[in-house]
Amino acid sequence: MSTAHQSWAKRNRMTLTPLLFLLPGILFFAAYVIIPIFQSFNISLYEWDGLGEATYVGTRNYEELLTDRNFEISLWNNVKWLVLYLLAIPAGLFIALFLNQTVFGIRLYKSLFFFPFVISQVVVGLVFSWFYLPREGLLNAVLTTLGMDTINVLGDPTLATYGIIAAGLWPQTAYCMILYLTGLNAVDPEQVEAGRLDGAKGLKMLWYVILPQLRPATFIAFVVTIIGALRSFDLISIMTNGGPFGSTRVLSFYMFEKALSEYGFRMGYGSAIAVVLFFIMLFFIAYFLWSMYREERQSRH
Amino acid sequence: MFPTPIQKQSRGAQIAYQSLLPVALIMWLLPLLAVGLFSVRPLADFTNGNYWGVPSSFEFATNYGKVFFESDMPRYLWNSVLITVPTVIGAVALSCMTGFALGIYRFKGNLLIFFLFIAGNFVPFQILMVPVRDLTVSAGLYDTKLGLVLFHIAFQTGFCTLFMRNFIRALPFELIEAARVEGVAEWRIFWYVVLPLMRPAIAALSVLIFTFIWNDYFWAIVLTQGPDSQPVTAGITSFNSQFVAQYHLMSAGSIVAALPPVAMFFLMQKHFIAGLTLGAVK
Repeated sequence: MSTAHQSWAKRNRMTLTPLLFLLPGILFFAAYVIIPIFQSFNISLYEWDGLGEATYVGTRNYEELLTDRNFEISLWNNVKWLVLYLLAIPAGLFIALFLNQTVFGIRLYKSLFFFPFVISQVVVGLVFSWFYLPREGLLNAVLTTLGMDTINVLGDPTLATYGIIAAGLWPQTAYCMILYLTGLNAVDPEQVEAGRLDGAKGLKMLWYVILPQLRPATFIAFVVTIIGALRSFDLISIMTNGGPFGSTRVLSFYMFEKALSEYGFRMGYGSAIAVVLFFIMLFFIAYFLWSMYREERQSRH
Repeated sequence: MFPTPIQKQSRGAQIAYQSLLPVALIMWLLPLLAVGLFSVRPLADFTNGNYWGVPSSFEFATNYGKVFFESDMPRYLWNSVLITVPTVIGAVALSCMTGFALGIYRFKGNLLIFFLFIAGNFVPFQILMVPVRDLTVSAGLYDTKLGLVLFHIAFQTGFCTLFMRNFIRALPFELIEAARVEGVAEWRIFWYVVLPLMRPAIAALSVLIFTFIWNDYFWAIVLTQGPDSQPVTAGITSFNSQFVAQYHLMSAGSIVAALPPVAMFFLMQKHFIAGLTLGAVK
């Protein structure tokens, strides 16, 4: 009996082994990530305070979104985040080109340029909100020295979102920089020499010879920047808490506010916002996966 | 090398570059330097409006002493350690296994499962928030460190699997085939052949996950409240309301909160960057 059992296991070991190795990871991931996505879809069809009975309301939460002015502001802010956050990619490339030298102490410089990325977004948010303080902040101290008017960045509804995005760009640029530094390190010197012989210099060389070789780095920079832009929550929560007058909300923050803040626990409505955010993200996720799939196809062994 | 090495350029360009470097660095780190300066000032400087002049006295020990001895900060820091370290161990252990399964074996649905892990790793947290909070509450784990750890392990497994699987894919497959020819059991291949080769990946991933989890704020405020289990990222807001408008103490507090991942980065720089830039070169 036991030998028969063993031989069955042995015969099927090429199927059993991966299955067993995958099992704990898949169970965890399913319970906390995959299944909750579908649960959220479901909850978005209910009116629920998180404690009592949930009442089925069909698509009413989504209909409410259409006329919700705050939702519109949040969505529009998400667009601003997405577009402006992408500036981190050229900015990171620029700093990487600046630092890609071999002079004394350059490694330390690279590390120090990079390390804003390691600091938690909460602290980045605090650091920048103090930087922007109207009276005590360094920004206005500099502006005054230059003879300009002082500004209250986070108190001004037209400026606040840009102030927060600037804070977010700081670590994000550092991340893109390190990706490009690694990429530049692997640029084929022969192609650069060939380009030089053909008379390519400066920007031309960058565009036609260097950037094509940096494509993998650019792809990753693009992925992490898009994800980072749509994930923006910490900075907003710390720096303005959505204000002034709700002008800095984005979908991720508005969802949290609706579902869990003191203004009432509207889990269903919050989930509906999350579903919208999810579909925006899904558009990008599909693109990323498709690119990775093509790559996977090419490198099959 | 691109751009042209500065050594090949004129003497003037070299001097300009060398002097531009520190200036650029100072400008880049300006907001942080400001906070560093705040954190060693005495309270009197703020009441007198001396924000940017020379500090009237150097209060490093007083300010940082207050952070450590007159607030809940040490508790929050310890909570962060107790949340971060088990998560790192758990996520790395799980993903060594999933990465091995997906990287070595060919079976139907391999790529599908792999892509599921990647896709799940990209989803916005908000779509998970209500169900995960609900699950944690009903398991009796709301406001516990364990509740946070379990979620973090599960979520990070997505990214870690992507990382490990790609790393294992790049290992020489002949080693495994040779072991199979010798009749070595599959789990022994994992333990004695693959795992030792994965050491650099494990190191890189550990440093990365440590930083990600230490810096997590969203899940900390969704799944915990109060100094019993909140990590330092969430605790810093209570710290700031304890010392409201006392910028010298708030600055010192946030520097302390930010320090562990920074220290980790400077100590393990090679692994950290290797982890972050995986895939940035072909």
